[in-house]
Amino acid sequence: MNKILIIIQREYLSRVMNKRFLLTTILTPLIMVGVIAGAALLSTSGKENHKIAVIDENGFFKGNLRDAGDIKFEFPANVDTSNYVSKGYTDIILIPKFEGTNKTTYIIRSKKRIGLMLQSKIEDRINDAIEDQMLQDAGINRAQLDSIKASSQFAEMKSLEEAGDTVKESSAALSYGIGFGSGMLIYITMFIYGAMVMRGVMEEKTNRIAEVMISSAKPFQLMMGKIIGIGAVGLTQFFVWILLIFGFIAASRFFIPQDVLQQVAELQKTNAQMGPGASMAQASETAQNIYKFQNTMGTANWPLIIGCFIFYFLGGYLFYASLFAAVGSVVNEDPQDAQSLMLPITMPIIFSFIIMSRAVEDPSTSLATWASIIPFSSPMVMMARIAYGVPGTVPYWQLIASMATLIGSFLLTTWLSGKVYRTGILMYGKKVGWKEIGKWAFRKN
Amino acid sequence: MSAILELNNLKKYYATQKAVDDISFSIEQGSIFGLLGPNGAGKTTLLRMITGIFYPDSGEIKLDGRTFDPLNDIINIGYMPEERGLYKKMKIGEQAMYLAQLKGLSRADAMHKIKFWFKKLEMESWWNKKVEDLSKGMSQKLQFVTTILHEPKLIILDEPFSGLDPLNANLIKEEIFALAKNGSTVIFSTHRMEQVEEICDHIVLVNLGKKILDGTVHGIKQQFKENKFSIRLSDVSGNLSSPAFNVVKVNDQELILQINPGYKSNDILNHFLQTPCTIESFNEILPSLNEIFISQVEGTHATARAFQKLDN
Repeated sequence: MNKILIIIQREYLSRVMNKRFLLTTILTPLIMVGVIAGAALLSTSGKENHKIAVIDENGFFKGNLRDAGDIKFEFPANVDTSNYVSKGYTDIILIPKFEGTNKTTYIIRSKKRIGLMLQSKIEDRINDAIEDQMLQDAGINRAQLDSIKASSQFAEMKSLEEAGDTVKESSAALSYGIGFGSGMLIYITMFIYGAMVMRGVMEEKTNRIAEVMISSAKPFQLMMGKIIGIGAVGLTQFFVWILLIFGFIAASRFFIPQDVLQQVAELQKTNAQMGPGASMAQASETAQNIYKFQNTMGTANWPLIIGCFIFYFLGGYLFYASLFAAVGSVVNEDPQDAQSLMLPITMPIIFSFIIMSRAVEDPSTSLATWASIIPFSSPMVMMARIAYGVPGTVPYWQLIASMATLIGSFLLTTWLSGKVYRTGILMYGKKVGWKEIGKWAFRKN
Repeated sequence: MSAILELNNLKKYYATQKAVDDISFSIEQGSIFGLLGPNGAGKTTLLRMITGIFYPDSGEIKLDGRTFDPLNDIINIGYMPEERGLYKKMKIGEQAMYLAQLKGLSRADAMHKIKFWFKKLEMESWWNKKVEDLSKGMSQKLQFVTTILHEPKLIILDEPFSGLDPLNANLIKEEIFALAKNGSTVIFSTHRMEQVEEICDHIVLVNLGKKILDGTVHGIKQQFKENKFSIRLSDVSGNLSSPAFNVVKVNDQELILQINPGYKSNDILNHFLQTPCTIESFNEILPSLNEIFISQVEGTHATARAFQKLDN
C-alpha cells in the first residue's frame, strides 16, 4: 500500500474511531437545535402579564385602546398612583388633558422597571388609538376602518430573477441564509481542522515521533497524510450532519397532519400548472406556510451550492492547513510560540469573515468581488456570493478565476510549507523567527 | 566479507558549523559497528544522511555496493533515533503494525512478525495497552521491535540502552548479537564506552565533524597502548631496577611497569625470573576505550563548538 494512504488511514481512523468524535459530531447539531428551540421557547413562555390601569382625564381612550396579548388595559374608577398595586394592577398610566395633536408626555408608573419592548408596545397602542380617532374624525366610519386594518398586510414581495430567457423565483432571505451559513461553517471548520493539523504536527514533534516516522516515510508524505486525513474527518462530519438534517426533515413529516400534507401537494400541483405567482387556493395557513417554505427552498440551486461548498471547504482547508502544519513544525515545547506564530494565519481568516459578513448583504461590491477571487478570503466570500446565484451575481469567469487561483495557491502553500516542515520537524530547542522560516521556505532543494 | 555500507568523503555543512566534514569509512556485513563521539560531534547528522533523512552536500553513500537510494533502500534500513517517541494515544499493537506497514510490509506479514517478536520479548500482553501507559523501558523495547521488525540488512541504533534496566538491556544486547550472527549489520551509536567494548567489532570516533579514529576495538587499543604491564609478585622488596623498564607504581604486591624503548615483555619476565620471588600474574595493561576517547576528545573544545562561527 502507498505510504501516504497508510498515513491518511491512521490519521483518519485515530480521530474518527473515537468516542469524542462521535459525541461532538452528533451532539453539536442537537445542541444547536436545542439552543434555538430553547431560545424560542423562552421568548414565548417567559412573558409577564401586565394589567394596566389607565387614568384618562380626557375620557378619550376608553373603548379605543386595544389590548395586546399579554397587555390588558382597564379604565377603573377610584384608582390612583397610591393604590393601583393593591387593586391588582401591575402598572398605571396617567394621561393628562390634551388639546389637538401636540406631542404629549404620558406617564407610566410601576413597581418594576418597564422593559423596552413593553414600553414601545404600549406606545404603539396609544398612537394607534389616536390615529383611529383622527381617521374617524376625518369621516371614515368604524366598519371601514376595521376592514382596512384587518387587511393591512397587502404587499408581499416575490422576486423573480432573469436567467437568459427564463425567469425563476429567487429569495434574498434564503440567499442570505445560505451565504452566511456556509461562510460561517467554512470559517469555523478552517479554525477547528487547521488547529487540529497544527496540534497533530506539534504532537509528533514534541513526542519525538517525527524522526522515527521520517526514517520510514518522507516528510512531505507525513505532512500530506495528516492534512488529507484530517480533511477527510471534516468531510465525514459534514456528511453525518447532512444525513442528520435530512433525517430531521423526514421525521418532521410524521408530525404534520395528513390533510395538511394533502393541501400542500395540491398547492404544488396548481402552482405547477399556473406558473409561479399563482394565488394560493383555499388552504390552511399551515399548509400555505409549508408550501411557501418548500417553494423558497426550491429556488436555490442546491447541487451547485453543495458542490461549491465542498470545493471551497477543501480548497480553503488545504490552503490554510498546510500553513498550520508549517507553524506546528516550527513550534518547540512552548505552546506560547504557537500562539504568536499562528497570528499571521488567523488574521486573514478573521478578516475574510468580516468581508464575508458584508458580502452576504451586498454581494456585488468590488471588495466582495476581489475578496472572492483572492485565495486568502475566497473560500468564505465566494460562498457568500454564490448563494445569490451563478451566473447572475457571480459571472462564470469570476467563479473559474476564483477556483483556479485557489487551486494554484494551495499547491504553492503546500509546497512552501512542505519545505518549512521538513526542516522544522527535526529542529529541537531553538526558537525560530519568521526570517528563518522564510529562508527555509524559499531555499532551493 | 564485503562492505555493506561505504561512505566516501561525506560532507554536510550547516550555516553555523561543519556538521560532517569529509568523513569516509566502510562497514563490513555482519559486523557490529560503533560510531562514537562526544555530543555535537556530528553523529546524528551522519546517521541521518545514512538513513536518507538528510542529503549530503557532497560525497557518496554506497549501500551493498550500489549508490544509496533513500526511496527504495529504506526497507533495508532500520533506524532507531536517539530522539524517539510514539503516539501516546495509540495501542501498542496498532503502533507496531502502523510502523511495519510504513516500512512496506503487508498486513499479514507484519502481524506474523509482530506476534513473533512480542512473544520473544515477553510483550504479548501489551497489545491493547496504550503507549502512554508504558514505562520508559517498556517503550524502548517496543521501539527496538519496530526498528528490526522488517528484517533490515542495516540496523542503526542510537543510544539503544537508554532507559533500560540491566535485565532488559541484556535481553536487547543478546538480540543484537543474534541479528549480527544472522547477517544483519548493526551500527551502534553511543557514548557509553563500556558497552562499545563489550559489543562492537569495529569503531569510528568522530569529533568536530571529522573522523579521528577508525579500526577494530583490539587494533585501536593496541595503537594507543603505552607499553605498560602489571606484574604480581610474592614479594616486592627485591631488586626492581632494570634497564628494560621503569616502575610506575607499586600497589601492595603489584607493580605497574613501563617498558623502555627497545625492550619486550619477555625482558621483564626474564628480570623477575632471576629474582627469588614468585611471579603470580603478568598482564599487559591496555587503555580502556573510555581513556582513549577522553584523551582524543579532551582539549578540542568540542562542547563549545555549537557557538563557534564558521570561518570559511
